[in-house]
Formats: sequence, structure tokens, C-alpha cells
Amino acid sequence: MATTDVAPHQATGGVQPKRVVNNMSLQVATVNGSGSQSSNTVLLRSIFQMGVPVSGKNLFPSNIAGLPTWYTIRANKDGYIARKKEIDFVIAMNPETAQEDVMSLDPGAVVLYDEPLNLSKLRNDLIFYSVPYDKLVAPVCPEAKLRKLVRNMIYVGVVARLLEIDMAEVEKAIRKQFAKKVKAANLNMAAVQAGFDYAAASLTKQDPYFIQRMDKTRGKIIVDGNSAAALGCMFAGVTVVTWYPITPSSSLVETLIDYLKEHRIGPDGKATFAVVQAEDELAAIGMVVGAGWAGARSMTATAGPGISLMSEFGGLAYYAEVPGVIWDIQRVGPSTGLPTRTSQGDILSTAFLSHGDTKHILLIPNSVAECFSMAQDAFNLAEQFQTLVFVMSDLDLGMNNWMSDPFEYPTTPIKRGKVLTKEDLDRLGGFARYKDVDGDGIGYRTLPGTDHPAAAYFTRGTGHNEKSQYSERPDDFEHNMERINRKFETARSFVPRPELISNAKTKVGIIAYGTSHWAILESRDQLRKEYNIEADYLRIRAYPFTREVHEFIEQHDRVYVVEQNRDAQMLSLLKLDVRPELVTRLRSIAHIHGLPLDARSVTDELISMEGK
Amino acid sequence: MASTPSRTPPPKTNRIGLTVLDYRGGKTTLCAGCGHNAISERIIDAMYEMGVPPERVIKPSGIGCSSKSPAYFMSRSHSFNAVHGRMPSVATGAVLANRRLIALGVSGDGDTASIGIGQFVHLMRRNLPIIYIIEDNGVYGLTKGQFSATADLGSKLKTGVINDLPPIDTCAMAITLGATFVGRSFSGDKKQLHSMLKAAIAHNGTVMLDVVSPCVTFNDHEGSTKSYKYMKDHEEPLQDISFVPAFEEINVEYDPGATVEVTMHDGSHLRLRKLEEDYDPTDKINAIKRLGEAHDKNEVLTGVFYVNTQAPNFIEMLNITDEPLATLPESVTRPGREVLEKAMEELR
Repeated sequence: MATTDVAPHQATGGVQPKRVVNNMSLQVATVNGSGSQSSNTVLLRSIFQMGVPVSGKNLFPSNIAGLPTWYTIRANKDGYIARKKEIDFVIAMNPETAQEDVMSLDPGAVVLYDEPLNLSKLRNDLIFYSVPYDKLVAPVCPEAKLRKLVRNMIYVGVVARLLEIDMAEVEKAIRKQFAKKVKAANLNMAAVQAGFDYAAASLTKQDPYFIQRMDKTRGKIIVDGNSAAALGCMFAGVTVVTWYPITPSSSLVETLIDYLKEHRIGPDGKATFAVVQAEDELAAIGMVVGAGWAGARSMTATAGPGISLMSEFGGLAYYAEVPGVIWDIQRVGPSTGLPTRTSQGDILSTAFLSHGDTKHILLIPNSVAECFSMAQDAFNLAEQFQTLVFVMSDLDLGMNNWMSDPFEYPTTPIKRGKVLTKEDLDRLGGFARYKDVDGDGIGYRTLPGTDHPAAAYFTRGTGHNEKSQYSERPDDFEHNMERINRKFETARSFVPRPELISNAKTKVGIIAYGTSHWAILESRDQLRKEYNIEADYLRIRAYPFTREVHEFIEQHDRVYVVEQNRDAQMLSLLKLDVRPELVTRLRSIAHIHGLPLDARSVTDELISMEGK
Repeated sequence: MASTPSRTPPPKTNRIGLTVLDYRGGKTTLCAGCGHNAISERIIDAMYEMGVPPERVIKPSGIGCSSKSPAYFMSRSHSFNAVHGRMPSVATGAVLANRRLIALGVSGDGDTASIGIGQFVHLMRRNLPIIYIIEDNGVYGLTKGQFSATADLGSKLKTGVINDLPPIDTCAMAITLGATFVGRSFSGDKKQLHSMLKAAIAHNGTVMLDVVSPCVTFNDHEGSTKSYKYMKDHEEPLQDISFVPAFEEINVEYDPGATVEVTMHDGSHLRLRKLEEDYDPTDKINAIKRLGEAHDKNEVLTGVFYVNTQAPNFIEMLNITDEPLATLPESVTRPGREVLEKAMEELR
């Protein structure tokens, strides 16, 4: 059996073989552009509707049609939703990869394959089922050109039969998937039924895997991180959105456009927002900065290469103190190759993005719920601190479907920061844009268009005094730089605090962030069950680090910093922030394979570093 | 002998009660005689005469001598000295945020035609309501006199270096790309620039004005094609330009045969007395052809080359609400609880 982390359930009665219930990972190997996304979503939703915790991860190529793509569905009664390294059940639809897909399985795994591929001869330690897809699809889909798309629905029916997924749930999922397209829904349902009937008539159950109804998904939603972020931005009151398409961030803005068109048209029939597809990321961030300067809640979404292009404006906004929100849906590095794979590789470069002394506020969501809530935080912090705020999501979070509790309606009002109105100026007579009146480092600003002769100020990068007059004086520059740094120090008390899990004050601590969270939860259980190691866990949610991060490191002898990059980027930031004598406590567990992090990799590496 | 008491006449004010002093800026730090200073003066006069509330004006700029100049006019207007070549995006963002702002973008030939050509191109396509001024001297002043991309073929640097690349004609580009008011002037041509700026203020859409503005320090010598002397010898005005604002009565007759009258968006009138037979400033293709011919003849053609008062501007295309987006209240920008509940229901 491939799964090693959960003991198989022993069925009563003694005649049946072991049953593995609600604990498996399925992998569908297809060719991209073949419509398998619908089939996989239907399968995922069917399991979800059975009340079983489930996650789906799309491992896709940088290509529109014709290259291999894999979709992994993990069902787990204990709620583990990180990627699982071992595959229990392969649905082999792609002749190109079928042999390799089969050869890489652990003994005992299941292979469901297209009959002509003739895979069963490859190994004798696996369970094989074959399905004649072409023969089955012809009668249910008379229209030949649709067969390529409908064909994939057949495996949904076969799997439903083999795993005992309720066909009523499958039909419900299909109706949802094809929403208003009744004809398409009927056609796809017929294909599912054909697969189900074939399996009932021709396949004998040999594998131990079953899906059984549970009650662990009641009330939950399924959504991808980018859609959650889009919803969050709309409820955060975004007014100017500028962007340049780049995987994996494009769907964030595309979904946001849909939501805005539906919910943000005023009674006059006009838009209470502006969306501009810019000519490049330089223009996208320039528009964000211009709009933020003029008082809009402005944002863009991008990925690493776009962040690089935004670097110069990042510095200008930092020095000129202009608010704006930037979503970085992190992916693997430059140019062609792995842009469709996940990564946490932009942490260090974004924290210090630009030239001169710069330090930016980063927010790091781990879930779709945090994509929603941190959208509110990001806009509020950007306007409070008059600076750019980067939300560091990633491809795994942004583009995959995740279960979640429904999002909560924002409880705090929108905060616009220190902005002086005409009435304020009437009372004050004037103002000094860059003066630290309140001791928090944050000056007061006016918006262009404010109808008062003393409202205007001259905005530029480095060379200005408190009154925003041109100055190259060393003391003006130094005072200004120190004040901007005070803002950053103030921000430590306002950014989202870390999540601290089980602070039992053991010797071993784990620090992680973002989507690594889900592997850490599972890894901690593995460490406890298999090695009797209790590891405390702190999840960083923002940069600058708050007091809790320092305390956590102080309280543990060895702190493993887990991240999805090569150079231990968060660990490097921590080194700069903690007391020098604590630096040696930090140890790196860094992964760079482009796939979502799995628990077993973390556990194995931690154990090896613990010398066990 | 009875002496008449000396009486200071009240300062002259414009239609919104401001004096020309209310449109002044800081003391210039540019070189004495710099063409840019003359342009700043013309901007002050035009804004004053048009009675534009300075608080509604924004002055985004890029980097360079030209882009420093917003500090030297209209101190009661917000200014943003941004990054090199990226003024268009900053201006776009600001105008999206507040459609009531009057954007006066100041750029230079290096800032526009080299590092900023990408943003320039896309700004022109969008017909954003903005006055985009290129203070064009053919050289990089702040970095001490390197050629820019508007320098003419064969023109000579002070160091003797000859330019061997053809210039980019920003006016021809702007017309091709979709700008709706395109002209060229000369910082030394006070009357023409003054009228063109007033018409620019009245225009609804992108105004692109390339203003040749000699650099007295690095490009005003023999062999330069952007010097005062060269302009004096080679400027070829296309029209005699006058402008009648909407708030003034029209009391000067004109000969419709010899003059093209353009009614601007706000009801004002731009009068272009033809110095050339049959020049039609609404004919895009001919405008580009005429610019090409001037170039071949080593003429610096000035005037209003193209105007289109009918095209929708970018804000109208985006159907943005009348109130500034920047200050919309939460009741408008945050949808109600029921919207979130519906969205959650759809994701179940």
C-alpha cells in the first residue's frame, strides 16, 4: 500500500480485504486542452459533497494545448489537504506519459487506463483496470468533434463506481459545473453514466479504496485563491485596478472585473471603478502610484517578473510615500520553463524592492480565507502608512481550488489614513507634508483637487524637507530617512500577527508561511506519531516581523524555517531582524521543485537534521 | 498746488478672481535663457487667462530639466516629479482616480522619445484627458548634452559629434496613434504658444504639444537644429492661431475662406488662419504627409496639425461615474452583506 501515514481500516466480518476509506490521492494524467479540467472539478466536487475533506492541485505546463498535465485530488478524512507525494490511484489518459506515470508508482497502487495503452503488462505489483473510452464515447456523443471533451467524463463515472461515490452527488456537481448549459450538462452526465455502467458490468473491484459519506465539509465553500482575493479587493473598496497579464495572476484581475461589473455599477449606470489593462508592468505600477497619490484605492496583480519591472516605482512610492496594493502570485523564476509552477521565491527581493534603502510591508496569506481578509488589511495598511503593500500569494494558492469556511463580511470600516480635507486646512491654515506630527512617522497628506490654496505640495523622491520643498541638505535627507524608518517600526504593531500553533515550549520549533502551512500541519502529526517529536509551530503572516516572531525563536533551541525557495529567503530576513545570538538557532528546510510542498519531505528533512 | 493722492489700482484679476501671481511657482533653477522658462511663463498666462482654478490642476512630470520645471509655475497645484519616462502612467492613474483634475504633464525629448516612448505611445492611444507637453531641445541637459531621439540627422553636438540617426517625430506619432489635438510650437514664439495652450486647456482628450525649446548650455551652437538661430531661420508656421474662450464674446469677424474655425468641447473657438491653401486640421493622413514633407525640406513646421473634438476620451470610454473615484464613500465602494452571502452561496 502506498500510504504510510494512516493505518488501514480493518473491515468487520473478516471476509473482505482491508478497506481504505476517505484517505487517498488520485492523479489524472491528461493532455492539456482536452477538457479534463471539467471532469476533474466534477470529481473533486462530488467527493466534497460527500462531506469528505478534499483538495485539488493542477500541475500544468506552460502551454495551451498538447502537453502533459496532471491533476491531483487528495481526499483525507483527517483534513490533510497538502499535496501528497505518493499517488494511490492513477487515471492514465495520456499516451505520452502513461509508461512513466505507471513506472513511478509504489507497489499496490491502482491504474485506470485507456484500453489501447495496454499498460497492465508493464508491472505485476499494481492493480489495473482498463476502459475502452473510444467505444464508450461514440454512442453517448454522436457529434464526433465533441468526443474529445466528453471522453474525459467517462472516467468520472468509472471512478464513482469503483470508489462508491454517490451518483446523485456526481450529477449535482455536473449541473453546477455546466450551470445554465443544460444540453452540455446532459451530454456530460450521459458520459458519466456510460462509465459507471461499464465499470458495473465489466470491472471487478480489486483495490481497497472507498469514499464514504462524512460530515466534514458542511457549509464550506470551494474557491481558488485568486477569486478569493478578487472578492476581497472588491469588498475592500478598490477603485482603480491596473494590470498586465501574467500567469498565475491574470485570473485574479479577470475575476475581479467580473465581480466589479456585477456589483459596482452605481445607480447612474456608471462604474464606481476603473480597470485598465496596461502596456506592461511598469505602466501598471505607475498607474497604481498615480491613482494612489490622487486618493484612489489602487492595485495591481502580477508575478515575479512583473515585480522586477515594478522595482523603480516601488522605490519612488516608498520615498514619495504613496499608497498602493500589489498582489504577487509567486511562481518559479524567469522566462520560459516553469512559469506555471509554484514558488515562494520573491520574498527577499520584494521586501527590499528598488534602489536605495527600501523596506516594504509584505502580507502572506496561507488560505483562500486569508486572501479575502488580507485584501482588506492590505488597503487599510497602504493608506494608513502611505506606502505600497505587497500581498505574497503563490500559484498553488492562487490557481488551485481550496475548501474554506465562508468568508466573513468585513467588520471594520474602510480606513483612509491621514488625509487633510479643505475643512481641515481652513482650520489649520496649512500643513507640512512630511512632518511627523504624531510620533508614528506618518505625515499628513492632501489629495490633488482639494479646494484650498494651501493644499498643494510638490511630490518627488528623495530630495525634500518636511514641507516637501526641494532640498539636498544632508540633515533633511537623514531626518526624512529616519522618519520613514519609524513608519516601518510602527507597522510592526499593525500588520497581521503570526498564527501560533501549540506553544508547548518544546525544544523544536517550526516557522513557515503561506501555503507551506498545510504540509506543516501534517508533518507535525507525522513527527509526533512516528518519531515522538513535538514541534511548536509559528506561521508568519507579515513582514515586518512582530514581537511574537522574536519570542518564538527565543523560546526554542532549534527553529526550522520551512520555505519554497532555494536561498532560505525568509530565514535571511529573520537573521537581519533577530538578536545576533539567536541567529544560530535558525535552520533552513527549503524546497525548490516547483510542486506544492508535501508533509513527508518536511518530516524527512527535519528528522535528518535532528540527527535521528 | 494740490497734489493728487497716489492710488494703487487694484490688481488685475481673472474671471475667478485670481491674480496672475496666484499662478506663479518657485524661482527657476534652470539656466538663464532656457526655453523651458519661457514655456512656464506661457503656461502661467494661459491658465490665468482661462481662469482655471489652480487647485484643480495636477502637474505630473518625468525626469530631466523639463520635468523639473513644474516647480517653477503654479505652486497652488499638486505636482509629481515621478520616474524617468513614466509620467504618462502616473498621470493616467491620477486622472482615473479623480476625473475632475486637469492634468498638465510635462516631459522632455529624452523623457518621451527614448526611455518613455512605450508609455508615450500607449497614452496617445487612450485619448486620456491631458495636456502633454514635450519641452524639446534635442539633448539630455541634466546629464550634460548627449543626443536625444528627436535630434535631427546631421545635427552637431558641442563636442563635434554628428548625429547619424533619424529623429522621431513625436507629432506624427501622436497623430497616428490617436491623440486628438496635436501641434508643434517654439518656446520663442510667444503668441502662437499662448494661443495653442489656451486651446489645449479647452480640449477634451489628449493634447500633445511638442514645443521646441533651445538648450542654451548644450545645444544652441552653430550646427544645432534646435537652437534659437536655427528656429528663427527654419520655423514655418502652418497657421496664424488665435483663440476665443467660451466665456468671451466673439467680436472679431473672420474670413471663413481663409480661416478654419474649430469649436472646442467647452464652446470656445480655435481660429486657424490658413497660411497654406487647403490645410485641413481634421485630415489625419494629410497631416502626417505634410509633416513628412516639411522634414524633407528642413522646415520646422509649427501650428495645430490635427484636431478632433468628437472622439470620446478615456474616462468616457471606461464609463466612470461622475464623482471622483478617490473620494467615493464606503457605502458606494463596499457592496452589502447580501452580496457576499450570494457569492458564498454560489461557491458552495
